[in-house]
Amino acid sequence: MTSALHWSYLAAAVCFILALRGLSGPRTARPGNLIGAFGMALALALTLSATHLSNVVLLVVAMAVGVAIGAPVARMVRMTAMPQMVAAFNGVGGGAAALVALADYIRSSNGAALSTGNRLAVMLGVVIGCISFAGSVVAFAKLQELITGRPIVYPGQQVVNGIMGLAALALTVTAIAAPHVGLVAMVGLIALGLGVAVVMPIGGADVPVVISLLNALTGLAVAASGFVLHNVVLIVAGTLVGASGTLLTRMMSQAMGRSLANIIFGAFGSATAVAGAEGAGGDRSVRSGTAEDIGTLLAYSNRVIVVPGYGLAVAQAQHTIRELADLLESRGVEVIYAVHPVAGRMPGHMNVLLAEADVPYEQLKEMDEANPLMPNTDVALVVGANDVVNPAARDSPGSPIYGMPIINVDEAANIIFLKRSMRPGFAGIDNELLYNPKTTLLFGDAKDSLSALVAAVKTA
Amino acid sequence: MTDFLTLFTIFVLSIFLGIEVISKVPSILHTPLMSGTNAIHGIILVGAIAILASADTTTLRVIGFLAVVLATLNVIGGFVVTDRMLEMFKGRGQQARRGQNARRGQNAAAPAAPAPPAEPAQ
Repeated sequence: MTSALHWSYLAAAVCFILALRGLSGPRTARPGNLIGAFGMALALALTLSATHLSNVVLLVVAMAVGVAIGAPVARMVRMTAMPQMVAAFNGVGGGAAALVALADYIRSSNGAALSTGNRLAVMLGVVIGCISFAGSVVAFAKLQELITGRPIVYPGQQVVNGIMGLAALALTVTAIAAPHVGLVAMVGLIALGLGVAVVMPIGGADVPVVISLLNALTGLAVAASGFVLHNVVLIVAGTLVGASGTLLTRMMSQAMGRSLANIIFGAFGSATAVAGAEGAGGDRSVRSGTAEDIGTLLAYSNRVIVVPGYGLAVAQAQHTIRELADLLESRGVEVIYAVHPVAGRMPGHMNVLLAEADVPYEQLKEMDEANPLMPNTDVALVVGANDVVNPAARDSPGSPIYGMPIINVDEAANIIFLKRSMRPGFAGIDNELLYNPKTTLLFGDAKDSLSALVAAVKTA
Repeated sequence: MTDFLTLFTIFVLSIFLGIEVISKVPSILHTPLMSGTNAIHGIILVGAIAILASADTTTLRVIGFLAVVLATLNVIGGFVVTDRMLEMFKGRGQQARRGQNARRGQNAAAPAAPAPPAEPAQ
C-alpha cells in the first residue's frame, strides 16, 4: 500500500510539471490546469486510502468545511475580483503550511526529538508560511478596498521592520539550539507581523506582483513542511511553485518596467512625493464636455485609440465600447484598442474582457505597437484607465510609478477621459493629464457614458 | 526511507525544473499561471491530512483540523479560480466562430471542441 502511495506521489509530481508547462501557453493552459487537478486528486485519494486513519470524523468534517466554503466562493466571485481571490487562496495555503510544520514540532516532543536540520525546516515552514498568510490577508484587503490601496508608510518604518526581522532571526536560532514550543509560537507571531509590515507600504497597482511573490513563498513553506514530514511530493510541488513563482514574479515586474526590489521597497521615501503631487492637483480647473460634443469629435476623426482600464471592467462596459467602435468603423473611423500590460487589476484583464465582447483581434494592440501610432491619432479615448496613461511615470522621478512604461495618450491630438470622478487611480497619485488643455472629461459610469456617446455618434 | 541528502537533491533539482518549465510566458497568462501554481501548492493538504490522521492530543487535533480546512480551501479555490480565468480565454474563439456561422446563416451551435484562444501578439 505504501508503495502505491509513493507511485501516486511520483505521478502527481509529473502531473504538476505538465500542468506548469501547459499553463505557460495559451492553447494548453486549460488542459494544463486540469492535469494539475488530476494529479492533486490522485495524491489525495491515495493518501486517504493509505494512511492509517484516526480522527476520521474530524478529517471528513474539516474537508467538507473547506469544500463548502471554497467551492461556492470560487464559483460565484466576479471576474473583476479574481486577483484578491488568488491572494486569499494563497494565504490559506501558507497558513496550512505553517500549521503543519508547527504540529510536527509539537508531536516530536516539542522539537526535542527532531534533528537540527528538521528543526530548521520547521522554523522555515512556520516563518515563511506566516509571512505569506499575513501578507496575503493585507493584499486581499487592499484589492477588496477594505483598506486603502495607497502605500501605507510612516517614519521609521524600515527600522521597525528591521527590528522585527532581527528578532525573528534571533528567536529562530534560539529555537533551533534549545527547542521550546513557546519560542516557535513567538516567531510565528513576529512573522505574521512581518507579513503585514511588508505588504502595507505597497501601492495598489503593484499588489498583483506581490501576490505572485507571496505565492512563491507559500511554495517554499510547503517544501519546508515536506522536509519536516519526509514527504517527497510536498518537496517537489512546493519547490516547483517556489522556483517558477519567483521567475513569474520577475516577469510580472519586468512587464511593468520595474525591478522587484523597486516594487517592494519603492514606497519607502516616496511618501513626500505623493503628498506633493496631491497638493498640486488641488485648485486647478479641468474641462468637462458633453456627450454630444465628444460624439461629434469621434464621428469626424480618422483614427481613435481606445485605452481601456479597470473602470471598463467595473462598469461591465465591454459590449458598449464594442458597439461604439463598430459604429465608428461603419463611418470609416479607424478604431484601435491599446492594451497596457497591467491595465485593470491583473495582467491580461483587458484582453479577457474585450475577448468576451468579441472585439476583433486585429484591433487589439499592445502598448509598444500602439505608442508609435499615437502622434497620428485624432482622439485617445481613455475609458476607466488612469495610472497606465499618467505621464508622471515618464516625467517625474519622484513619483511612485516613475519608470513604468505608459501609453502616450498625451501625443494624440485630443484626449477624452471617461471617469467616474476626479478620484486618482489605483496607485493613488494625481494625473497631470487631466489638466492638459487637450483633455476633455466626461464624468459618469463608463457604461452610461459610452451609451451616451453611441447615441451622440448616431446623430452626428 | 529517505535521508536528508536524497530529499535535498530532489529539492535542488526541482528548483531548476521549476525555472525551466515556464521559460517564456506571454503577459496575458501571468495571472492564470500564478493562480495555477497557487492551486498546486495546495498539495500541503497531503501533509495536513497526515497530521490530523495521526493526532493524539487535543492541541494536535485542533491544529490539524485547521490545517486541513485551510489546505482544502487552497486546493478547491485554486483550481476553480484558475479554470474560471481560463474559461474566459476560450470564449473568444467560440464566439468568433459562432459569429461566422451566424453570418453564413448556419446553425449557431457552439463547436464541440473548445477553440484555442488566439496567440497574443508578442
